[in-house]
Amino acid sequence: MIKLALFIWLLPLAAFVINILIGKRLPRKGDWLSVGAIGISFILSLIMLYRVLVDYDPNFLVQGSVPWIDLGVLKLNMGLYLDNLAVIIVTAVSTVSFLVHVYSIGYMEGDPLYNRFFAYLSLFSFSMLGLVMWDNLFGIYMMWELVGICSYLLIGFYFTKDSAANAGKKAFIVNRVGDFGFLIGLLIVISTVGSFNLTTIHQAVGQGVLHGGLLTAAGILLFAGAVGKSAQFPLHVWLPDAMEGPTPVSALIHAATMVAAGVYLMARLNFMLTFDAMLVVAYVGGFTSLFAATIAITQNDIKRVLAYSTISQLGYMIMAMGVGAYVAGFFHLVTHAMFKAGLFLGSGSVIHAMHHSMEKTGIHGDPNDMRQMGGFRKKMPYTHITFVIFSLALSGIPFFSGFLSKDAILGGTLAFAMSQSNPIHYLLPTFGFVAAIITAFYMFRLIINTFYGKPKNESLFKHIHESPKVMTIPLMALAFLSLYFIYTIPSISPAGPEGGWFTHLIERPISAVATQLGHPVLFIPEHTEHAAHVNGMLISIIFALTGILLAYLFYYWKKIDVEKFTQRIKPLYALSFNKYYMDELYQATVVSGLLLWNQMLAWFDLHVIDGIVNGSAWVVRNFSFMDGWIDKYIVDGLVNLVANMTLAFGKSVRKIETGQIQNYILGAVLGAFFIIILTMI
Amino acid sequence: MIQLESYLIISAIVFVLGIFTILYKKNAVGILMGVELILNSVNLNFIAFARYIDTYINGQLVAIFIIILAASEAAVALAIILNMYRDRRSVDVTKMDEMKN
Repeated sequence: MIKLALFIWLLPLAAFVINILIGKRLPRKGDWLSVGAIGISFILSLIMLYRVLVDYDPNFLVQGSVPWIDLGVLKLNMGLYLDNLAVIIVTAVSTVSFLVHVYSIGYMEGDPLYNRFFAYLSLFSFSMLGLVMWDNLFGIYMMWELVGICSYLLIGFYFTKDSAANAGKKAFIVNRVGDFGFLIGLLIVISTVGSFNLTTIHQAVGQGVLHGGLLTAAGILLFAGAVGKSAQFPLHVWLPDAMEGPTPVSALIHAATMVAAGVYLMARLNFMLTFDAMLVVAYVGGFTSLFAATIAITQNDIKRVLAYSTISQLGYMIMAMGVGAYVAGFFHLVTHAMFKAGLFLGSGSVIHAMHHSMEKTGIHGDPNDMRQMGGFRKKMPYTHITFVIFSLALSGIPFFSGFLSKDAILGGTLAFAMSQSNPIHYLLPTFGFVAAIITAFYMFRLIINTFYGKPKNESLFKHIHESPKVMTIPLMALAFLSLYFIYTIPSISPAGPEGGWFTHLIERPISAVATQLGHPVLFIPEHTEHAAHVNGMLISIIFALTGILLAYLFYYWKKIDVEKFTQRIKPLYALSFNKYYMDELYQATVVSGLLLWNQMLAWFDLHVIDGIVNGSAWVVRNFSFMDGWIDKYIVDGLVNLVANMTLAFGKSVRKIETGQIQNYILGAVLGAFFIIILTMI
Repeated sequence: MIQLESYLIISAIVFVLGIFTILYKKNAVGILMGVELILNSVNLNFIAFARYIDTYINGQLVAIFIIILAASEAAVALAIILNMYRDRRSVDVTKMDEMKN
């Protein structure tokens, strides 16, 4: 099992290394290498999933690790942690990744950086698979940053475009804010628990090594990482801009897998969230789901609508993690990965067609703009049908996968609100249900504007054609995976996922906080859960249908004049259209604040620091000058004086040396006399 | 018998004469003669002491040694003087003051 997992994990890395080094010289620019690697990973992950399904054990767990870094006090292991959660998400990631790889062959055809694109995709697959399989938080953090890098590289893939390069930077910098929280959370864990290993942390929290306020803080800080990566309010601003990247990237990274990493992290660390931390998680998620949905209504860029929709759905999952609907949240992560990747790939297909048509007709414009589309239904039948399936799944219509997971979340939220004494917690299901109407509404607004009605631009419409098979087959595969029965086998009841393999295999882990305190942190009675589920399901079906109906009223039957309606609610419309001025708000506060601060620092640098440096230079220069003077006149003077004195003495003494031998002899004789006289005395 | 003192007095007179010859002669050959005088006065002393005091013949031996030495010294000195004369056409030692100062 471990070997299998290692192959799944490392094959894309090998493909990346080969592709980035010699990809350009390989036949077909090395796309087969990346696609093949992820394809094998995909097949191996299916084998792994099959084994898990054969086992059919909720407590299935395979662990293996080797020593990696030994710092004396801190020993780090490199290891894999394969439980049902990991296996299912590995399968989901490799499936979507494989389909996106295949799709990219068609979508990216003819791109000058074709091989690099595939290399990056491989690197991303490697990092993402690693992220979900590592057994310690340190490795998860490492992979977390790696997927961030891939995201940056792929958002800025068309780096010659300023907006794309800026979007890449924005994504990276905004993520940095969240990751900083993640890092501090990690430091809290390592300083109290002394290990990054998930199992060890679980035990330590259960024994109360890490407890109380610090545990809450650790939970919230780790959640901050998830807020950044999963684009939750208030760090959601990078995701819509990330749509500057190629569409397959949006599908793979910014819809299905990477942005779900935050949810995955919350699922993994669910055992250590205290009740307060869970409330924070739930409210951030709930608010985001509604907030992003309201923005999605008014956007005209087809990918931006989907981006806000993704933020909104991620909000649902995060909320589910917060209210204890662990299984539902994780379930939604998997189903959402399938249909949202499909939606992005579908929109990519439309954009691809628009792009080609624009090239042929010579019209310059935004191929993403819905106002240029309409009536594509007849020209692009496969894209149309799959797109409708994905939208139905996203809206939560029965018989599609989204219905099961979304209902479970909404039911879980309702159950949470019902089990709490404080009525304010009914806000959470309210967020969820309102967002559900809006979701159905904007998805059908998108479909009607794109595929139905009269074409808005006849000359463009003429050249629209269906995408090649290599692009439509992944769409069909994902559409198949958006059907409900995939997730409910062996039960085929469309009412809920109960009795299916998924809910059997995934169980909410026992909260370590609860074992620590000795009483349940969050207790939702069985009957409440059941009642909430039934109510939630009914309400959500009604709400979803209402949303679809509204969309038809507005855009298909045109019973309500959209223009007039917009005029009537002008301020609200403007608020939504401009994304609640979040970007402007950040520009005005954080960005200009930082700039102001930087300017202040620059001024400080220029005047104070440079002043000090220059001042000290002046002092040193003058001191040296003085020093030089002393050296020149006093020290040298003394040395010269000694020399001169010796010279003068020598001059005077020299006179004795007459050169006359007889003088010397006389001296010698007189000296002898003197000595004789002395001895005689 | 002649007293030892007589020899010593004669020797001293010759010695002083030799010294003064060296000090006052300008001619290099004269100075060489002075040197010979000094050497011979010393010889006289040695022999006199050997005769009157010493029971052995050490004094005579030294005297013979000095005579040989004086002979060789005179030969060397005369050669130097000859070369000096060839060089400068003079043997006046007062002019030989190249080491002055």
